[in-house]
Amino acid sequence: MGDTILRVQGLSKRFDSEEVLRGVSFEVKKGDAKVFIGPSGTGKSTLLRCLNRLVEPDSGQVWLGDDEITHASDIDGVRRRMGMVFQNFYLFDHLTALGNVEIGLVKVLKMPRHDARGFAMSELARVGMDRFADKYPAELSGGQAQRVSIARSLAMNPEIMLFDEPTSALDPELTGEVLEVMKRLASGGMTMLVVSHEMEFVYSVASEVLFMEGGVIVERGTPGQIREDDASDTGAPKQFQRTRAFLRRLDG
Amino acid sequence: MQSASILIESLPNIAWGLFTTLGLVIIALAVGFVVGLPLGIIQVYGGGSILSRFLSRLSVLYVWFLRGLPNLVLLFLFYYGIFPFLGIDLQPFFVGATVLGLRSSAYQSQIFRGALLSVDQGQMQAARSLGMSRALAIRSVVLPQALRISLPAWSNEYPILLTDSSVCYAIGVMEMLTRASLQVSRTRAPVPLYLATAAIFIVMNYLGMMLLHRAERRWRIPGFGGS
Repeated sequence: MGDTILRVQGLSKRFDSEEVLRGVSFEVKKGDAKVFIGPSGTGKSTLLRCLNRLVEPDSGQVWLGDDEITHASDIDGVRRRMGMVFQNFYLFDHLTALGNVEIGLVKVLKMPRHDARGFAMSELARVGMDRFADKYPAELSGGQAQRVSIARSLAMNPEIMLFDEPTSALDPELTGEVLEVMKRLASGGMTMLVVSHEMEFVYSVASEVLFMEGGVIVERGTPGQIREDDASDTGAPKQFQRTRAFLRRLDG
Repeated sequence: MQSASILIESLPNIAWGLFTTLGLVIIALAVGFVVGLPLGIIQVYGGGSILSRFLSRLSVLYVWFLRGLPNLVLLFLFYYGIFPFLGIDLQPFFVGATVLGLRSSAYQSQIFRGALLSVDQGQMQAARSLGMSRALAIRSVVLPQALRISLPAWSNEYPILLTDSSVCYAIGVMEMLTRASLQVSRTRAPVPLYLATAAIFIVMNYLGMMLLHRAERRWRIPGFGGS
C-alpha cells in the first residue's frame, strides 16, 4: 500500500429514511491534510465517525494502512490508531488536564503511571497547556479545553488525526490558538482529516479540499486550484462552481 | 423526679441498641450499593445481547417488586417465607439488614440509573475513540462521574434506612425501638423513653448527614456536577 494511510471506498450510511452518506471514496497519503467543507447536514461528521466506527457504516470499505477495518473485530485496536477531536471537546470532566491525557496511556496502552505522567506532560507542552496540567475541564476556556483534547489524542501516537469541526463551538477569539496548534501539527507532517470552515486555515494547510453536499464528494482540488479557477476569466468551464458558491455564502 | 430516674436507669440499655441500629443501616447501605449499582448499570447499558436484555427486564421487575411492598410485609415475607424456603437460617439481625438492603438496592439502582443517564454521551464517545472497550469506558470514565453526581441523592438513603430500620422490631432484632419497648413494658413510662429514643434518632440522623455532606464536598470537582 506504500504511503497510503487511509483508503475509503464507497462508504454509505443511512439513518432511517435519510441517506447521509452515498458512496464516499477517497484516499489519504502520509502527511496529507485533507479538509472537508460543505453545508451542515451533508454527512461530514458522520463520515469521520464511520471511519473509526463510532457510527457503523451500512456499506463500503475502509483500509487503515493495509488493514481492512470496516469488519475488523478488534475495533478498539483500530481506534487507538486514529485520533479523534470533537467539536465539543468531550474532555473527561472528572479528570484534570493531565489526567485526561494520561488515562489513555495508562488504561489502554498499559503504560506505567509514572512514565505516563511524564509523557502526558510533554504532550500538554506540545499544545502549550502544560501550565494548566492540574486544572479541571470546567476551569479551562474552550480553546484551552480543545488543545487538551488534541493532546489527549496525540498522546496515543495515532497514524492519523480526525478533527470534527474543532473550532465551531468556540468563541471567535479562541479559534486562533486551536488552529495554530493544528497548523503546527500539519507542518510537522501529521496526517489529518479535518472538517472545518475556517478558510484561512484551510487554505494554509490543506493538501486537498473536498467539498461535500448531499452525502457525496461533489468537487475536490487543492486550495490553489480552487482559488486559481476562481480568479481566471478565460471563459473555460469552471470546475469549482459549487464549492465557490458555498464559500461565497460562507463569507456572506 | 421519677421519670428522670427511669431515664437514667433505662437509657444505657436503649443506647446500646444504637450499635444494632447502626449495624443494620451500614449493612443495608452496603448491600443496597453492591446490588443497586450493577442493577443501575444493567438498566442503562444492558440491551445489547439477549442475555443482557433479559437481565435488564429482570432488574426492572425486581425494582418494581421491592418498591411496591411495605417494608414490614417484605420483612415478614423473607423472615417467615423466602429464607426458610431456601433453607437459609439467619439470625433476625441479618434477615433485617438483608431485607432493608435489598429494598434500598431497588431505590439505589434508580439513583445510579439517573446519574449514569445524566453523564453526557460524548464522554463515552471520547473514551471509545481512545480505544477503550465499552466496559473500560464505563468503569473509568462514566462511572466515576456518575457516582459523584449520585452522591447527593444517595445520601438520602441514610435517613431513610435509619428510620426504616425500626421495623426490625417486628422480628425481634434488638435495635433501639425494640429495647425502648422492652424498657417501656418494664417501667410503664412510655413518654420519656420514646422521647429519648426519638432524640437519639434525630442526633444520629444529623451526624450522619453531616458526614455525608462532608464527603460530597470532598469529592466535588471544580465546576462539575452543578456545584
